[in-house]
Formats: sequence, structure tokens, C-alpha cells
Amino acid sequence: MPLLWLFLGVVAIAAVGYVLGRRRALQSAQGDIRRLHSLPSYYGSNVFIKALVPGIAALLIWLLAQPFYINSTVSGMIPETAIADGSNRGLVMAEVRRTADGLNNAVAVGAMDSNLASDPNADVAVVTQALKDAGQIVTSDITPTVLVAAQSYRAKSNAGRNYMSVLVLLLTVVGAALGLRDSHADFRARNVVEGSVKALLIAAASIAIFTTVGIILSLVFNTLEFFRLYPWTDFFFGLEWAPSFSGRGGSSKLGILPLLWGTFYISIVALAVSVPIGLFAAMYLSEYASPKVRATAKPLLEILAGIPTIVYGLFALLTVGPLLVSVFGKDGLGWMQAGTAVMTAGLVMGIMLIPFVSSLSDDIINAVPQAMRDGSYGLGATKSETIKQVVLPAALPGIVGAILLAASRAIGETMIVVLGAGAAARLSMNPFDAMTTVTAKIVSQLTGDADFASPEALVAFALGMTLFVLTLGLNVFALYIVRKYREQYE
Amino acid sequence: MYDVLHTERNVTQNDVKINAQGVQVYYGDTHAIKDVSVEIEDKTVTAFIGPSGCGKSTFLRCLNRMNDTIDICRVTGDIRIDGEDIYDKRVDPVQLRAKVGMVFQKPNPFPKSIYDNIAYGPRIHGMASSKAELDEIVERSLRRGAIWDEVKDRLQAPGTGLSGGQQQRLCIARAIATEPEVLLMDEPCSALDPIATAQVEELIDELRSNYSVVIVTHSMQQAARVSQKTAFFHLGNLVEYGDTGKIFTNPEDSRTESYITGRIG
Repeated sequence: MPLLWLFLGVVAIAAVGYVLGRRRALQSAQGDIRRLHSLPSYYGSNVFIKALVPGIAALLIWLLAQPFYINSTVSGMIPETAIADGSNRGLVMAEVRRTADGLNNAVAVGAMDSNLASDPNADVAVVTQALKDAGQIVTSDITPTVLVAAQSYRAKSNAGRNYMSVLVLLLTVVGAALGLRDSHADFRARNVVEGSVKALLIAAASIAIFTTVGIILSLVFNTLEFFRLYPWTDFFFGLEWAPSFSGRGGSSKLGILPLLWGTFYISIVALAVSVPIGLFAAMYLSEYASPKVRATAKPLLEILAGIPTIVYGLFALLTVGPLLVSVFGKDGLGWMQAGTAVMTAGLVMGIMLIPFVSSLSDDIINAVPQAMRDGSYGLGATKSETIKQVVLPAALPGIVGAILLAASRAIGETMIVVLGAGAAARLSMNPFDAMTTVTAKIVSQLTGDADFASPEALVAFALGMTLFVLTLGLNVFALYIVRKYREQYE
Repeated sequence: MYDVLHTERNVTQNDVKINAQGVQVYYGDTHAIKDVSVEIEDKTVTAFIGPSGCGKSTFLRCLNRMNDTIDICRVTGDIRIDGEDIYDKRVDPVQLRAKVGMVFQKPNPFPKSIYDNIAYGPRIHGMASSKAELDEIVERSLRRGAIWDEVKDRLQAPGTGLSGGQQQRLCIARAIATEPEVLLMDEPCSALDPIATAQVEELIDELRSNYSVVIVTHSMQQAARVSQKTAFFHLGNLVEYGDTGKIFTNPEDSRTESYITGRIG
């Protein structure tokens, strides 16, 4: 039974359960809704949930578990001798799965007789030719071992599917029956339904959390692998970043410090641009601008946040870089070699961050109670004095939080750096030198044909992990600041 | 204690401090204050009473041009303090507000220390030339605000950490610190418990010796306790204005009588 039909079947049973549950509850109250504990639809939903949840849960678990089970049993059927030199069990199993899929598809389109497909003594050459004729992808000639394994794989999958269909439908019906049994006037159906909705919400929230945990774990394992191949002292304290691209030579120098320095230098330039401009813009918008100006200017400013960062990168590469070169380059002050520099990337990143700072700060400044301003005006303070001495101090923790959020954006930014700051990892104080950041190097280490087991590729995970820890620390610090001062001010 | 106050008031006739003639206030299309004329005396507590939405707070806010901060508000008419038209173009509303202090309904201490809350006004108006002078102003204001003894040991603690009644007295002390001539109070006790209210009322009566105090209140008992003059507002009109004793015992207008006896409001 195809999956879609099975799913629809489960839903159909649950839907019938809804109608029956509702009706049964109404009957038990002699048709008088007021005698029911809950509204009739809750009784229906109760049956619907009790039918749907076990069925779908069983379906999902089976679908996830079946391939593992069949893989391990079928792979046990392949003798060591059948595995060619330079190959491994995994590759042979991939071949088995491909053949099994091919057989399935060929039978489905009618290019192969189903008896032939499941005949263990069939001629391998005939089967291979038939598969090729049916347009199925078969890389090499199928060996008898693979064919037998594939046939077994196919048989087990089909049988598994059938067992699954029966089990799922059975669970659905049993669930519906249990729900129906409860559908009488005294049953607290509303509480059950609301409880299920709560469970759904909890599930949604935990998916986000578990994904984060999964991301961290995947980083951790690869990072540990990297540190097995490369000494961690050299990684954290090395002053040079020079990965060798020759492959497995141990001559790579993978020190993180030049990358961290580039990251911080560019971020500092970006913050030096975005914090004052964003803050002043926020002050104007929230304190001085008329509602009309505010209504137009704020969305306009926020459009900046919607521009893809690659577009900012192009802006850096094509406009800001050449502009800076014409002033600070050979023809001007002579400080700058080429358009790609810390300054270029920092300036453009700063522009990108303006709406972050201004929009968040604007909301925070607006949240300062009007009573504070009235109090200050009432004492004869001007608008400027009020903003400087009352509004800003009251909004400060939130503003600091906004700035730290912008900082973690800056640290994590990639595209602007790739296009604007160049790819040279160096420790330099000159803001007009080309430098690069952690994120840009992660990209360059993972794109390309490096062997995934080499330290040159694995270093990307160590870099990612370091960056993750840094930005996490920054965010925790931001939250701490905000909390600490909030206690004092409210 | 208040009975004593009742008997001794109205003994002296004071000069007119604020003279408002034909004041009209509009919020957009709403006519909030309709042709109000009133003369407020110096060194007197004047109470504005009336049902909610009658315009008493709006009128109070006209007296220090706090309505200027509301975009849609428009004020016409003539309001003079010491004979000077406060809506004249040459008058800086900021200067005016230093002269006409205001205390709000809800205590609104700044998120600063107690000391800085009081020193805020004197600092922005440059009233102290040295730290010692500023210390003196702060102490004097807190003493006049009847809160010195409670906070003298923790002047650097945040003003927001005080209790509601203490916060309101802090706000009154803050308003006094700029040496205003008139003190406007917009329902200063509505967020306070009876004990804090009694403390603030006592304070208001003491302030009378130095300032002209105008207080908006919903509590008629409070108006009777603290004020010498009372103005009754109804639907944007000034219905009756006169000595507090007379308003509460022998009102001329039937609406005033209905309000103070609790029949309308």
C-alpha cells in the first residue's frame, strides 16, 4: 500500500472517529449540549487525536527504523569474499540498495516480470540487461551475490511495508475505539484536547532546542577529530594561517589568531560605523521626528536589513573599495594596496548593521515611560537634556543589548568579508590591509576538493566551534547586562 | 488636626499669582476646556475638583505649558503669571517650567540615585556653583519634602527602590529643588495608601507658606482638608470657584452641590 494511501486511510479513520465520537457524546446526553462536560466538538476531537496520534507515530517510527534493520540483516548476508579490494561493505550495500530500487522501478513500469525480479536463480546478465533497458541506473555488472542480496532486500522491504500498513491501521482503529469508549457526557474531553495542544506546542519548542543540540554535537565530534590530527596549542596560539593545498602534507599552519584578529578588527570598524549612526537615527526617530516622518523613515531604514548580504558584498567590491583606493591608495595617501581591505568590509558591514541598532534602540527608547519624560520636562529640562540624562540612561541596558546583538551579527558575517576584505590571513594593525575572518575561512576550507578527513578540512569545524562559543558568550553577556540593569531601573 | 486648619484658613487675602482669562483648549476636534477664567492666589492651596474627563488636569497642564508636548493640543486665551503672559512667543516654556514645578499622578522618579533625582533640576539650571552648594540644595529639598530622615543614609540608592509614598515625596522634593514659585500637583495621592496620603497632605500644607500650590484631586475630602480655594470643573466648564469652606458647605451652583454630595460624578 503506498504511503500516501496509508496516511489518508489513517486520517479517514480518525475523521470517522470524530463524527462518531461527537454523536456518541451527544447521545449520552440525550441531545442536550448543556449536560455535556465539554462542547460536542471536543468529544469528536478527542477521538480524532486518539486515533491519529498512535497511527502516525507508529508510521514514523517504523519508517525510520526499517531501513536500519533491513540494512543490517542484508549486509550480514554478504560474505567477506564478495567485497572487492579497495571497496568496503558500505559501497557494496549501496550497490545492493541501488539494484533493489532498480528492480522495484522496473517492475512498477512493467519492464520486468515480477517473477524474474524475485527469482534467486535468475541469470545475472539477463537481469542487468533488463534493468538497463528499463532505464534504471546500474553502474557495474551485477554479481550474483549482489543480486541475491538485492532481492532479499526488496522482499524484506515489501514485507516490512505490509506489516507496517497493518500495524498502523490497527493502532488507528484501536485508538479510535478507545476514544469512542470514553465519549460520554461526564468525560472531560476539553481537558484532553487542550492537553494535546499543549503537547504539540512543547514538541515544536523542543524541535528547535534539539536541533541546536544536534548542531553542537556535529561540530563537537568533528572538532575533536581535528584536534586528534592537529595540536590544539598550535591552533589556538599559532600566529600563522597557511593551509597547504597539496593534500595530506603535514606542512599546514592552522593558527586561529590571524583569523580572530581579522574578525574582531572588521567587527570593530563595523560597530564604530553602525553604533553612532544607528543610535542617533533611533534618537531622532523616537524623540524628534513627527509621527508622519517616523512612519516613512523607519520602514525605509529597515529595508536596509532586508538586503541580502551578498548585495552588500558587491557594493563593497564595486563601489566602496575603489572609492577608498582613490583616497587612500597609491594616487592618494598611499596606505592602501587594493580595494579589498578591513576598512572596505567594515564600512559596508557597518551600513548593514545600522537598521539593527536603530530599530532595536528605537523600540527600546520608545518603551521608556512617558512619565519619565514628563517628569523631566516638568522640571524645566529641554528635550535634549531629557534625552541625554533621563531617556538614554533608562534605555541603556536595552541599547547595550542591541549593540551586542549587532556585534554577534558582525562576527558571523561572511559574504561581505569574502568580497570586501580579501582572503589573506594576516596580523596587521593597518585597517587598509586585506584581512580575512573566521567565517570566510570556514567557507574556503570546506569548498574545494580537500579530503574530508584531513586537518585542512576539519579545521573548519574547529573554527566554527570557536566562533559558536564566542558568539554564544557574547549573547549570554548581552543578556546578563540587560537583566542586571533592568533590575535596577524598574 | 485638619479641623484646626479649617478654622484658621481664609484669614489672609493674598495677591493673585496666576490669572487665567478665557482659556480654551482643543484636542484635535475635541473642545476640552471651555472659556475658563480663574484667579489663583499666591501662598494658597487651590484645589481643582470634578468628575473624570472634566478637564481639570488639562487646565492644570496649561499653567506650565506641559500641553505643548502633545502635538494635537491647542490652547487659546490669556494666562498670566505675575502679570506676564506665559503663552507669549518670547517666553521659553523650558524656563517657565522651572518656575512652575509639577508633580504627577504616578510617582515618576528617574532611574538614578536619590541624590541625582533631586540634583537633576539644580544641575540643568546651574543653580549650584559647587558640590557643597549642591549638597545643601539636595538636603534642603529633601527636608522640605519631608523625606530627609528616611533617605539621608542612602542618598546613592536608586530612587526607584523607595516605597510609593516615599517616591511621591521624592518627586515633590525634586520639584521644590528648582525653587519654583508655583507647584502644580496632578492627583498626587491617587497612587498612594492612606498613610502616605496623609504624609503628602501634611507636606502640601507646609508648602503653602512658600508657594502657590494648585492640586487636582478626585477626593473631595482631600480638597476640603488641604485647600483654601476650590474650583469645580464639569464637562470642560469652570462651574464654581471660591473659598473651600463655602464650596463645601454652601455652594451656589446646583451642579456643585450635586457633585459634592455624590449625586453626579
